[in-house]
Amino acid sequence: MSGDLNRREFLRSSAMLAGLAVAPGVLLYDLAHGKDQPASSSVRWGMLIDTNQCEEGCDDCVKACNKENGLPGGTGPADEQWIRKVELKNIKTGKITSLPMMCQHCAEPPCVDVCPTGASFKRADGIVLVDRHLCIGCRYCMMACPYKARSFVHEPLHDQKPEVPRGKGTVESCTLCVQRIDRGENTTACAEACSKAGHKAILFGNLNDPDSEVSKRIREVASTRIRADLGLDPGLHYEGL
Amino acid sequence: MKRLQAALLAMSLLISGTVLADVSVPHLDIGKGGHCVNDPKYMKLNHGDLLKRQRTITVHQGVIGRYSLIRCVNCHASKVNHSVLGTNSNFCQGCHVYAAVKIDCFECHSSRPETVSETLREVAK
Amino acid sequence: MDALQKARRETRGFYLLTMLGALIVAMGLASAHYMEEHGHIVTGMNNQIVWGMPHVFAIFMIVSASGVLNVASIGSVFGQKPYKARAPLSGLLSIALLAGGLTVLMLDLGRPDRVIVAATHYNPTSVFAWNVLLYSGLFAFVGIYLWTLMEKRMNAWSKPAGLVVFVWRIILTTGTGMIFAFLVARQAYGTAILPPLFIVMSFAWGLAVFYIVQAALYGWNGLELDAAILKRMKNLLGLFVASVIYLVAAYHLTNLYFAKQAEFEKFILLEGGIYPLLFWGGYFFLGSLVPLFLVYFPGMGASRHVLFASLLVVAGSFCLLYVFIIGGQAFPLSIFPGYEVMSTFGDGQIANYTPSLPEILLGIGGLGVAFLITTVGVRALNFLPKDE
Repeated sequence: MSGDLNRREFLRSSAMLAGLAVAPGVLLYDLAHGKDQPASSSVRWGMLIDTNQCEEGCDDCVKACNKENGLPGGTGPADEQWIRKVELKNIKTGKITSLPMMCQHCAEPPCVDVCPTGASFKRADGIVLVDRHLCIGCRYCMMACPYKARSFVHEPLHDQKPEVPRGKGTVESCTLCVQRIDRGENTTACAEACSKAGHKAILFGNLNDPDSEVSKRIREVASTRIRADLGLDPGLHYEGL
Repeated sequence: MKRLQAALLAMSLLISGTVLADVSVPHLDIGKGGHCVNDPKYMKLNHGDLLKRQRTITVHQGVIGRYSLIRCVNCHASKVNHSVLGTNSNFCQGCHVYAAVKIDCFECHSSRPETVSETLREVAK
Repeated sequence: MDALQKARRETRGFYLLTMLGALIVAMGLASAHYMEEHGHIVTGMNNQIVWGMPHVFAIFMIVSASGVLNVASIGSVFGQKPYKARAPLSGLLSIALLAGGLTVLMLDLGRPDRVIVAATHYNPTSVFAWNVLLYSGLFAFVGIYLWTLMEKRMNAWSKPAGLVVFVWRIILTTGTGMIFAFLVARQAYGTAILPPLFIVMSFAWGLAVFYIVQAALYGWNGLELDAAILKRMKNLLGLFVASVIYLVAAYHLTNLYFAKQAEFEKFILLEGGIYPLLFWGGYFFLGSLVPLFLVYFPGMGASRHVLFASLLVVAGSFCLLYVFIIGGQAFPLSIFPGYEVMSTFGDGQIANYTPSLPEILLGIGGLGVAFLITTVGVRALNFLPKDE
């Protein structure tokens, strides 16, 4: 028994020593590799979704998202859906609108406010993510999200994509294809698929750059944000709603 | 009290001695292996802390650093079953079973190299 | 000789009860293990109904944990003697219920193995995180309070300790209510009336639980509750039950006045199937009107009537929580007001929820934890209320 305790103690102290030894090396590495700049608040990633271009019944964006992020694509009540197609019918006029719905990447995200451990967080560039190392699976964020954007992983997973780790018992949602952004790419899987299908309903870009295509278009056309009354300042803008 | 301290010290020296002397470590399939980011001895002691530090930087700042778990797996997956897990000679599993340290990295992270996991998913479809 | 036999019988009874409690706890733990092994897919919870049966049990226990302290507060803070004799039992029950409720909450987590993260990583804006402090604080303060009650030399301190517990438990239940009050997303929640509602609910449910346990203890020891004390307790229970009706009515009437909430109220109170049934039949009739009748009606109010009333109040509280927590999530979020909505993710649809056996057993296991702590506590220490 005491030997066991002792061993544990030893492991702990050696881990602490190792931490001391490691830190300077890692810092030097980070400094030496300037191209790996951390996400910066000079960028705010966002989208403009033109519902007039979004075709009813088309779910290419959903399929592309599933493929990109290694989601199985089930639509049962316990299955994960990062992006979904929503069909709207105006009760008064009967007008049908179709649009993709996902995490709106709020500037004031309720999921981040309520998360007890800080697993839900907003990156400097405006992307709202879940740090699954910290997520304990309480689902309070799912209760708090006004867009029902989040899914809980209800079953053990296998063969996840290396770039998109995900697992049972944690909450997840649209990441704006953060793995692409960190590689320096400038589009998401859904936006890419929508363009490929010829609809071009999803425009992705930097909202903080006045010259970006998405910023220009938001200036030109009338757009709105979903549940704007809540004042959460979502990064996703919708046109034609 | 003093005697207890002395006994503890002696025991920790003994245990650390055995660890550092590489006695009876399991026979590991280290995949491609070789010197990558640091020398093996250093990595053996510090990989846990390096990965832990890297994970925060990667998730919160978006910097894919040199201690990325993907890079570890890409090189250290066994050439037999293309994974770092599976048998007690696989790189991660083998050593962690030996050291009796439970890890849960691979409940979420892929235990296979990028190319292999891509093919597997295609096959599954 | 007779006394010896009585002691033997009591000991046997104690072990029997302890074993029963341990069995219930073991079933709860086995369910939690099963849920962790397979994931929440084996529960009725899903991405629409994210909190289910475990939360009904847990919130009942956490709210009651604060409520059972009524008796201690009335005794120590407001100086009522008959209540002071009951203060130790009230403190023990509080600790037992809180432990039971938190056990359920923790074991229902997606990653219960990581619950320690809640202590190492703290998000100061999260109500959940505040509650972590509030819960630990209640354990500590009630522990100190019990010490001042049971250690003669500390008796002088029982009044200030009781005051701290009183203030803390009010804050704690406010915190529990705020978990829902801060949710702007869903129509059932996000209103400032919830913390006061939770406080009044805690008064009623806690007193009911206290009365049930006291009745069991008295029955076990062949004692009769003093008529004057019975009268006080039953009148207080009636008052609390009536106050809950008042605040529940205020909650629904306010909602009915807002046009945007009308559909939700129609669902919860009229058309939602199980939810209106549980609300009117379970909570309002069985859990409120019948207890009021049993407590106040001439010719009623005997100890067995009050016991039955207390049991009904507890049953009604489960109905009310089920309607509030699960019914509140079953009604679709109003994401696109003015539109009919369809999607693959349940938008615009009433969500379905069928609780599974493991999650119910987990909840009952939490009650088992509370039962076990109470049984052992009462046996090991002198918690039986004694009137002079």
